[in-house]
Amino acid sequence: MSERSAERPAFRYRTAELAVAGLLFVLGAVVIFDSVRLGAKWGEDGPQTGYFPFYLGCLICAASAINLWQALRIRGEKNRTFVEVGQLKLVLSVLIPSAAFAALIGWLGIYVAAILYVGFFMRWLGRYAWWKLIAVALGNSTFFYLIFEVWFKIPLPKGPIEMLLGLD
Amino acid sequence: MDEIQSLLQGFAIALTFTNLALMFVGIVLGVIIGVLPGLGGANGVAILLPLTFSMAQTPGGQTSAIILLSCIYWGALFGGAITSILFNIPGEPWSVATTFDGYPLAQKGRAGHALTAAFTSSFVGALIAVIVITFLSPIIASFALEFGPAEFFSVYLLTFCAFVGMSKEPPFKTIAAMMLGFALAAVGTDPVTGTLRLTFGSLRLLTGFDFLIAVIGLFGIGEILLTLEEGLAFKGASAKLNLRAVIETWKELPRYWLTSLRSAAVGCFMGIVPGGATPASFMSYGVARRFSKDGDKFGTGQIEGVVAPETAAHAAGTSALLPMLTLGVPGSPTAAVLLGGLLIWGLQPGPLLFVEQKDFVWGLIASMYLGNIAGLIVVLTCVPLFAAILRIPFSVIAPIIIVICAIGAYTVNNALFDVWMMVVFGIAGYFFKKLSYPLAPLVLAIVLGDRAEASFRQAILGSQGDMGVFFSNGLVGSITSLALFLLFLPLITLVLARLRRG
Amino acid sequence: MKTSFDRIVRAALAAAVVAIWPLSGQAWEPSKTVEFIVPAGTGGGADQMARAIQGIVAKHNLMKESMVVVNRSGGSGAEGFLDVKGSEGNPHKIIITLSNLFTTPLATGVPFNWRDLTPVKMMALDNFVLWVNAETPYKTPKEYVAAVKKAGAKNMKMGGTGAKQEDQIITAAIEQLTGAKWTYIPIKGGGAVAVQLVGKHIDSSVNNPIEAVAHWRGGKLRPLCVFNDNRMPYEEKLTGDLSWNSIPTCKQAGLDVSYMMLRGIFMPGGVTADQVQYYVGVLRKVQETPEWKDLMAKGAFDTTSLEGKEYADWVAREEARHVTLMKGAGFIAGQ
Repeated sequence: MSERSAERPAFRYRTAELAVAGLLFVLGAVVIFDSVRLGAKWGEDGPQTGYFPFYLGCLICAASAINLWQALRIRGEKNRTFVEVGQLKLVLSVLIPSAAFAALIGWLGIYVAAILYVGFFMRWLGRYAWWKLIAVALGNSTFFYLIFEVWFKIPLPKGPIEMLLGLD
Repeated sequence: MDEIQSLLQGFAIALTFTNLALMFVGIVLGVIIGVLPGLGGANGVAILLPLTFSMAQTPGGQTSAIILLSCIYWGALFGGAITSILFNIPGEPWSVATTFDGYPLAQKGRAGHALTAAFTSSFVGALIAVIVITFLSPIIASFALEFGPAEFFSVYLLTFCAFVGMSKEPPFKTIAAMMLGFALAAVGTDPVTGTLRLTFGSLRLLTGFDFLIAVIGLFGIGEILLTLEEGLAFKGASAKLNLRAVIETWKELPRYWLTSLRSAAVGCFMGIVPGGATPASFMSYGVARRFSKDGDKFGTGQIEGVVAPETAAHAAGTSALLPMLTLGVPGSPTAAVLLGGLLIWGLQPGPLLFVEQKDFVWGLIASMYLGNIAGLIVVLTCVPLFAAILRIPFSVIAPIIIVICAIGAYTVNNALFDVWMMVVFGIAGYFFKKLSYPLAPLVLAIVLGDRAEASFRQAILGSQGDMGVFFSNGLVGSITSLALFLLFLPLITLVLARLRRG
Repeated sequence: MKTSFDRIVRAALAAAVVAIWPLSGQAWEPSKTVEFIVPAGTGGGADQMARAIQGIVAKHNLMKESMVVVNRSGGSGAEGFLDVKGSEGNPHKIIITLSNLFTTPLATGVPFNWRDLTPVKMMALDNFVLWVNAETPYKTPKEYVAAVKKAGAKNMKMGGTGAKQEDQIITAAIEQLTGAKWTYIPIKGGGAVAVQLVGKHIDSSVNNPIEAVAHWRGGKLRPLCVFNDNRMPYEEKLTGDLSWNSIPTCKQAGLDVSYMMLRGIFMPGGVTADQVQYYVGVLRKVQETPEWKDLMAKGAFDTTSLEGKEYADWVAREEARHVTLMKGAGFIAGQ
């Protein structure tokens, strides 16, 4: 990866603004839709279930429409870089493992997933020596195991490995 | 004065070796609980409740038991600020507003100062609240009785109006973000009719979006993603690692005496009503920003912006014990668990508690003074230690923080789904922050949304659709008017300025 | 080699256990920490009871393994119930129930029924009392209901905790019986309801005894009747000459409504009779402790306690009653 390609914009402000405002507009519309289904009128004894959400949805849609319109008018120099390719890669290099970590909790339990995650992170981004990252990753999970399971008696998700060790 | 005599008696009860030891144990546990998001004060106290069970059976043991539990609570109040300041991750809901200026301070390398300011203000807030409890408890208890649904709504409105209205972000983005917060708060069971709304048949959404999960994601994960763009390091690693920062901050703090007093007043009011420590911290931050001469600089790392929310949060958290003891109404989830504790030990909170269980009540009040002093000592001596966390390399501390966040998100409802939601909120936080959608009104809307709607609709149910209920008596009328005044204050000043020029 | 050795040792141990079994009379016992699920938040009535049981078990060493309380309040408790439903055959999980055992599936359509669980033991029943402000003239429920009728539909306010849950169901039951009509105001937390009544923001409540007793003793509230078939047995004087026992049942006072809330323990489905019996044994011992008796007296609980088939029959009857009451009031999902 050359220096220049890392500084190349991954996408610009206009795209980001449009995406976020558009998404919010859709969310607002969803809220309106469900509120109308539930009844969004001022009933006999005060507002119905959907009354407030209905207007919230309307406001979200209206504000997002204006934001969309303003985003469309971002042109030329004003359309700055939102994120550079190099930055995006860094962000994704944390985000994707984090999402994977969240997914692994269900399979492996939080402690084992945390060992893998911390170890991976330290190796991938910090290039630490193996013994260091094993020590930190194991130490971290042991510490949390002691705090939550042993001292505070809060069961966190556990997986097959704890089962094998008889720790669950 | 009767109170002073009773208080001295209380000190005699609280000042035993066992009780002092319990105080320190409680504070340390509380700080740990406060630091870890999700493992909140309520959880921490609830977990230790069964332990106190046998303790409460011995003579004087009820006092020892409540001292242990209440000190965990004080510790959690202190500890919530730590991760807010260091990593922009609020350890407790009431320390969200502390991130606004505390985190920028840490980024500037002044983490030690911010922590000292937070801890000291917490102590001051608590101290003022305990003094109020000591001398004014009978009057105040009856004040809380005046608060019906309409009054509660007006208080939430006031919180909201005090906080918004001065946003520097683009107005339509502010509206979109705020309304999104309210919409998220509306998801789940309608508090008044029990109807499900915005759940689209999903069982997961029945509970709605918990404020803490949104905050951990938006602030904590979002901030880590933002930090990454600028390289693999937290800013502010150059923080001083000695107690000098404490002394320097102490020299600066007296300047903000007015802010402290105002914030303590806001906190006591919100604690007694009871409106809660989290709204109190937001309200106090908003008020301080309006009335400070450095108001424009709020959000960029002002000590005053740490003093205001911390003083109010601790004052509210402390005074919330008063309606709990005198009326049996818990002012916070933690107070609810403490209330459960009292009931399990065989104490009946209520107006007669102060008469029948004098030793217990005054022992507790005395322990509030002592516990907060103990707390201040514990956390202040640890300031260099906390600030040193920032020196741990990013690639080591960042994954650990994310693991802590995940545990925090999980423990809110013991649900894995929330961990996923946290990641989603993290991505949203990254985009919102970069596109200057303001996060603070969004978060405030999630906190206040369902409560405000519930009290609004309760009031309207009671008045059978008559909006006049929000002006129906002096109390609710003046709070509502004050709220509207604050909301339109920027507009009014603008018009006045125009007129003067014209 | 080690594994096969292990296997031999284990087999030997198992044989030994089987051999000792009938002698010691020791049936199944938990081999790891028992999760005690509370399908409600921290600080509520169910949570208090669960933690009291946990405390008693720990104090008197009633179980070898420890017990941890886990709050799963999501979706009005649906998450807690679904967790236990999904743990079929797991003997290390028990759950305490409140009225949401019936109301949550009915009101939300969550795919869950108490028959998915194994009933273990009813620990107690929560009493409900009809309260008014002490400054009002009403001395009997009849007088009060007449006043509500006279005031016109929806002009008087009944406060209670939550929407479409026990408090509103009792209100609906009174309405269906008498034709009086309240505006029901849902308020978060029983203590807050009592305070709203003291502050005259509402006209009456059906608070549990423990939530309102302090205000009764303080002369602010007046109990009219208890929604139980029998008077509460507690005769300790609370205020003046009055004790819980002085409060008439609603039926005696001319308002034929009875409602009590289950505080019962269930296990997941598919557990063995031995395992159920173990918990029944532990819970029986809990009920014999002075701490438990004290808790019952302080909270003026109904100490009816059923096990086995009687318990299951009771739950089935109660479920049918909830269906009728909630149907009548229009509280059922998709109705």
